Order: sequence, then C-alpha cells, then structure tokens
Amino acid sequence: MECILKLDGLEKAFGGLRVTASVSFSVKEGELSAIIGPNGAGKTTLFNQITGHLLPDRGKITFVGEDITGLSPQQIVKRGMGRAFQITSIFPEETVLENVRMACLSRRDEALSYFRPVHRFKEATDQAFAILESLGLHQQADRPAFELAHGDQKLLDIGMALGLEPKLLLLDEPTAGMSPDERQLTRDLIRRMWKEFNLTLIFIEHDMDTVFGIAQTVRVLQLGALLAEGTPDQIRSNPQVITAYLGEDLA
Amino acid sequence: MERDTDLKQAVLWLVVFAAFALVPVATASKYHLLLAAHILLWGLFAVAFNMLWGVTGMLSFGQALYFGLGAYSVGLMVKHVGPGWFLPGLGLGLVCSVILSLAVGLLIIRVSGVFFTVLTLAFGQLAWQITFRWYHFTGGDDGVQGIIPPGILGNGLVYYYFILILVALAIWLMHRLSQSPMGVLLRCVRQNPSRVPFLGQSVRFSQLRIYVVSSFFAALAGSLMAGADNSIHTDMLYWTTSGEVILMSVLGGIGQFFGPFIGAGVLIVLQDVMGAKTEYWPLMIGIVMMVMVLLLPRGLVGEFQALRVRLKSLVASR
Amino acid sequence: MDVSFIAVQLLSGLTMATLLFLVASGLTLIFGVGNVFNFAHGSFYMLGAYLAYQTVSAWHGNFWVAALVAAIGAGILGMMAEFLFLRRIYGRAEEGGFQILLTYSFILVIDDLVKMIWGTEYKSLLRPAGFQGSITAAGVTMPTYNLAIIGIGLLIAVLAWWILARTRPGRVARATALDREMLGAMGVNVPRTMTLVFGIATALGGFAGALAAPLRSVTPGAGIEVIIDSLIVVVIGGMGHFWGAWLGALLLGEVNSFAVAIVPEWASVVSYVVMVLCLIFKPEGLFAPRQVRKA
Repeated sequence: MECILKLDGLEKAFGGLRVTASVSFSVKEGELSAIIGPNGAGKTTLFNQITGHLLPDRGKITFVGEDITGLSPQQIVKRGMGRAFQITSIFPEETVLENVRMACLSRRDEALSYFRPVHRFKEATDQAFAILESLGLHQQADRPAFELAHGDQKLLDIGMALGLEPKLLLLDEPTAGMSPDERQLTRDLIRRMWKEFNLTLIFIEHDMDTVFGIAQTVRVLQLGALLAEGTPDQIRSNPQVITAYLGEDLA
Repeated sequence: MERDTDLKQAVLWLVVFAAFALVPVATASKYHLLLAAHILLWGLFAVAFNMLWGVTGMLSFGQALYFGLGAYSVGLMVKHVGPGWFLPGLGLGLVCSVILSLAVGLLIIRVSGVFFTVLTLAFGQLAWQITFRWYHFTGGDDGVQGIIPPGILGNGLVYYYFILILVALAIWLMHRLSQSPMGVLLRCVRQNPSRVPFLGQSVRFSQLRIYVVSSFFAALAGSLMAGADNSIHTDMLYWTTSGEVILMSVLGGIGQFFGPFIGAGVLIVLQDVMGAKTEYWPLMIGIVMMVMVLLLPRGLVGEFQALRVRLKSLVASR
Repeated sequence: MDVSFIAVQLLSGLTMATLLFLVASGLTLIFGVGNVFNFAHGSFYMLGAYLAYQTVSAWHGNFWVAALVAAIGAGILGMMAEFLFLRRIYGRAEEGGFQILLTYSFILVIDDLVKMIWGTEYKSLLRPAGFQGSITAAGVTMPTYNLAIIGIGLLIAVLAWWILARTRPGRVARATALDREMLGAMGVNVPRTMTLVFGIATALGGFAGALAAPLRSVTPGAGIEVIIDSLIVVVIGGMGHFWGAWLGALLLGEVNSFAVAIVPEWASVVSYVVMVLCLIFKPEGLFAPRQVRKA
C-alpha cells in the first residue's frame, strides 16, 4: 500500500513550550488509525498543522506525494483532506441538509455559483442526502442544525467533512461528550464510513474502547513527541506507553 | 418544499412590483411619486447593505461612500461635461464603485468585527471630507443642482419607471444571489467563519466579493437618486447616511431578504409624516433605533414572522 | 520654517494630543476591559463641555469646579447608559453590531437633547483665572492654559497607568478583559466593574470636553468631530491598548497641528491619510502586539 501522508521532523513551539517535538510518521493509504496521548500531548496541535491551520516551525508534511507545508487550509482541503472538529463546528442556523450540501458544492467547485438557487444543484443535493442517510440524519434534514442533539451535531460535522469526498479524513475526538451507547454507535459508524467511502482515516480519541476496538494502527503522543507506534496489541503491551498512561509505580 | 417557498417569494415579489408600478395611476401628485421613488432607491440601498451585514455579518458604517460616489459621478459629469452626460456618469459611477470597493475592501477585510466597522466609517468620512473641501470640483457644501436626466428620461413619470425597472432588476439579482450557493456560503461566513476554510473556501475572498457587490448596488441607488432629486449634496456621503441605511435594515429585520426594503419604506413614510412636524428628527430615529435594538432585535418583519410561528403552534397544540 | 515655528506647532500639537488622549483612552479602556465599543463616547465629551459651560455661566462657578462637575456629570450619565441600556444586550448573538447601533442611537438622542436644552448657537467659555496669559521662553510664546492642559494630561496618564498596573481594582479591570466568566467564578462582581469602568471612561471624556471648551467653542456637533478623531487614534494605536492610545494621540495631534499651519484647508483630510497609511502597513494598529495569524 502507498503512503498517503508523511510527516518529517515536525516541530512547533508556543513561546518556550514545545508542543510538537520532532514528529515523524507516515500513514498508509486506506489505513484506519488512532492518535492517543494524555491531555496536552499536542494531538490537536498536530492536526492543526496537518490541516494548515497552524504553520510548523520546522519540518515537512507530504500529502499524496506533494509537499503541503505552508499551504492554507482551503488549499489543503482542495487536495483531498477533510476534518471534523473536537468542539463541534457547524453552521447553526442553516438546515442539516444545507450544512452538508455546502461541502458537496465546494467539492464540485460550485460553491461560488451566484445565480442558480442552491436547491437546483441536483447532484450536490443528492450526494448530501445520501451522506445524511448513511449517518442516519436524513429525517432531520430540514431542521436548523442548532436544534440537533449534541451527538447528532458531531455526526453532522463529520458529514460535512465527508461531503468533500476526502482521501484522508481527520476526526478530532469523535466520541467526546457521548454516552456509552452513543459511543458504540459512533464507533460502528466510523468503521462503516471508512469502508463505504474508501477513506484513509486518522482519529484522535481518549476513549480506549473506541481506539482499541477499531484502529489498525495506534500512535501515542507524549509531550509533543511520538512515543510509540504499532498495532493495538503492540501498543497495549508497550511498557513505555503503560508508564505514560498509568504512572511510574504501576509499570 | 423548497420550491414552495420559491413560488411564495415570486408572488410576493410581483405584488410589490405591481403596487409600485401603480403608484402613478393612484396619485397625480409629483410629491408622492418622488416619495415612492425614494422608497425604491433607499430600499435598494438597504437591501444591498444587508447583503453585507445581515447575510455576511460585516457591519459597514461607510456605505454612504458608494452611495455618494454614484451620485457624484452623475452630478459632476453633468456639471463639468454637460447635461447629456447623465447616463455615462451613471456608468462611470458603477465602474468606479467596483474599483474603489476592491481597493478599500482589500485593505479593510484584513480586520473583522468592530475594527471593520470603524475602518469603513473612517473611509466614508475621508471621502466626505474631500468632497466637502474640494469646492471647485465638487461644489463643496453647495452640492450640485439642476441635474436633469436627458431626453425622454427628463419626464418625471418615465424616470420613475426607469428607476422601478432598474431597482427591480437589481433586487432580483441580489435575491438570486442570496438563494444561490454563494449566498449560502456568505451566511456560513457569518455563522462560523473558522469552519469555512475547512470546506475549501476562503473567508476573505467571500467577504471581498460581497463588499464589492454591495457597494456596486449602493452606487446604483445613489446615481439614480441624483436624477430623482435633480440635485446632490455632501450629506449623501456623510456618516448619518450610512447610519440611516443601517436603521432601515434593523427596522425591517436583518434576518430577512426583504426586511430592509420594508424598513426603508416605513422610515421614509415616518419621516414624511413626522419630519415636517418636528425639528428633532434625529432624536426620533435615535429612539426608534434604541427600541428596535433593545426590544425588537429581529425587526418588524422578523418579529411578525416569529409571532406567526408562535400563533401557529398555539393553534396546532389545541 | 524656523525653530520657533516648529516649537509652537509642536506644543500646540501636544495640547491637542492631550485632549485626544483623554477621550481615546476612555474609549480604549471600555473596549479593552468590557469588549464594548462606545460609539457615543464623543457625546460624553460634548456633555462635559456643556456642563462646564452651564456651571461657569449660569451658576457662576469657578472653572476648575466646572471641570470637576463636567467629569462627575458625564461619569454618572455614562454609568446610567451602561446600567440601563447596554447591559441588556451583553452576550446576545451579533452583540458587536448591536452595541454599535445602540451607542449610535445614544449619539442621536444626546445631540438633540443638548440642542433642546442649550440651543444650537455656539457657546464660549473663558480660560480660567491665572491661565489667561502666555509665557515666552527661548523665543517661543505659549499660552499658559495650553501648558496647563498638557500638564494635567500627563498627570492623568501617569495616574491611570498606576491604577491599572499597581492597584487591585486596576488589575481586576484588566483581567475582566481576559475572561468575564472566570472572574465571575472567582467572586469578582463583573457587572459592577463594567459599570464603574464605563463611568471612569466617560468621566475622562467629560473632563476633556470641559478642558477643551475655552479653546474651541462649545457646539452640538462637537461630539461627532471628537469621536471620529478618537477612532482614528485608536485605529492607529491599536484598540484596547492604553499606551497605543497615548502614542496614537500624540501622532495625530502633531500631524494635525502642522497640517493646520501648512495646509489649513486640508488639515482634516491629512488625519485620515495618516490613518490609511498606518492601516496599509499594520491593520491591527501600530502599537498592538503582533497576533497569531489565524486562517
């Protein structure tokens, strides 16, 4: 399998604080992987650099064979990277359908069309509806997004990213704030999405059931540096990881 | 369902258009015709302004700059070149509004929120100062009088229909824009600007686009106003003009496409009725603004719709 | 241009800068602490001028007493405006826009109320006793009243800095800007702090209006002139930055003073040109710290 995303010696510091310390790894195409680590390990900061929201101080990011370091978020999105947010980020007053349709229109370079009413963009509308159906949100398609339950808003956020037909999808804590039941559903859904849309998928997660339940590869960040990388089994038995998570005395 | 609202909009649209078309039939008074023309032009100005604020979330306190630019292009062309140059002046104003709004827009979209508002105000006042001081060219505080549209447009009735058609066309174009993907994108820019880049779209370019569009239509309203009033004045560029167009939008409701148009109508009629009776017109509009902001922030149209929704659900729950 | 011409212009620029600073620092304080943009700040300046006029001419008060009355009066009115109106829209969606509109409506209302009470004709105020002459040093003649204004301005600037940096209420006020909720949780009465800050800021504005009254005539339009100049100052200096307001006022005051002497017709245009130039090079204000660029 080919490598779709490659990080080379990524460095980032805020003031004197190193939040990304020489991180290098590559992600194979079609992989479903997780990034874990204690709070403040620099997971979201790493996502922010990959998606172009933050500029790394040093290092190189290669996406589908192209150096994307220093490109803006929208340039990176255009190259096939989608992202959903830790704190749900949707367009609250628009309908659920409109939220996803905007992404589909953007993917088709129709978002700047200024004369034809938006609902007459049939392909984008159909695609948006299909995504809502896969996510189980289709019955709420006409409701304003702010009316959705928290968990559904998270799904909608993911749905927007899917509308971009990304090659690579980054999810930042997809199950945060969910009940155990919702988590189980989301877990199944992520795996289904991953297969259905032929995605390469990286997610940040604190819920270990989700991480070890669905990820093929797990990467552990600690204090900004990559501590370990491997299959769930390898990570589970890695003494360094156990120390990082459980503290010295238990290791 | 979406088509249904389309049809409703179109019907409403036709009714309003027909009502304005029938004004000359209903009254022979030149004064009432001028009043109707004012509602149309201020309505156009307010709708264009609201594309910036209500839709995209950019509160400009300087749209008078473009309103005045349109008016002065016509007025100065007529004054310095000749009375036949009315229409070329109009065209020049529109071209200048695009160029100027691009240049100014590129400078000021770099900041957002209150800063954006302050900068629009400053640019507007700069234009006003220059116009005010440059007496030889602009006529300064005296303005320019005797701007008569050429040929058949010189007839008040013909000019009224000329305005009506252009305003209807302009508002229709903006309505199409507001319903299009671009319109949705602009709303998205207001609601959650940080998400927009992650849909592959640029916030700044969206803002710049709508700033230019809004300024273009403001200039159109201003240049047509020069012909309706047969005169121009530096007040058209003054910040209170920007303030008035904001008040119209708040009054009608910034959440609705047609709200600002209705706000313009209400304010102009109010000014006509009250303005003659009181020298404290600014106090009046200050109080109106205060009431709207504190008690009716959704505007007349918005509050009316909210009331209707409440009544409907009340009836449904029985 | 000889040296004394330059010196005279410098000093007169400094006078204008001081007055501008008093207004702009209040504007920037309200914004920095409360994240509220008070468009009507110039109107409190104008109210100050009228209150001083009223105290001196109708009640035959001493000028300095009148300036104090102006400051207290403007401060109380400012607190009322915050308490009765502005407070109601905090936290509302699109708050920024509605703040501007609400304070804009204050301008319209205050302007007309002033016209109702004092009429539209120009009022003038004499310079206070003891400050009516001028002194000459090294060939430069300067009215003593201008020197007094500069001195008072410096005193207030130092005092304000001391309060903000060294006292507990000052630190609370600065921290409010950082996090309203957090402070509320820590037991600081945030609404009261806001009202108080509003009062202090409008009192500064009113005081400036009183000080300026003997130099410029008192008119109903004064508020608008001043607010636009102060806006330029805060745009140049960086909104919410105390020292930015001071440096911005200095820059604008001096540029204006020389412009008035050299190109009197276009002096007011020059102010805007300064602002546009600043804006091109540093849109967030000349003296604002560089912020992390967000996408």
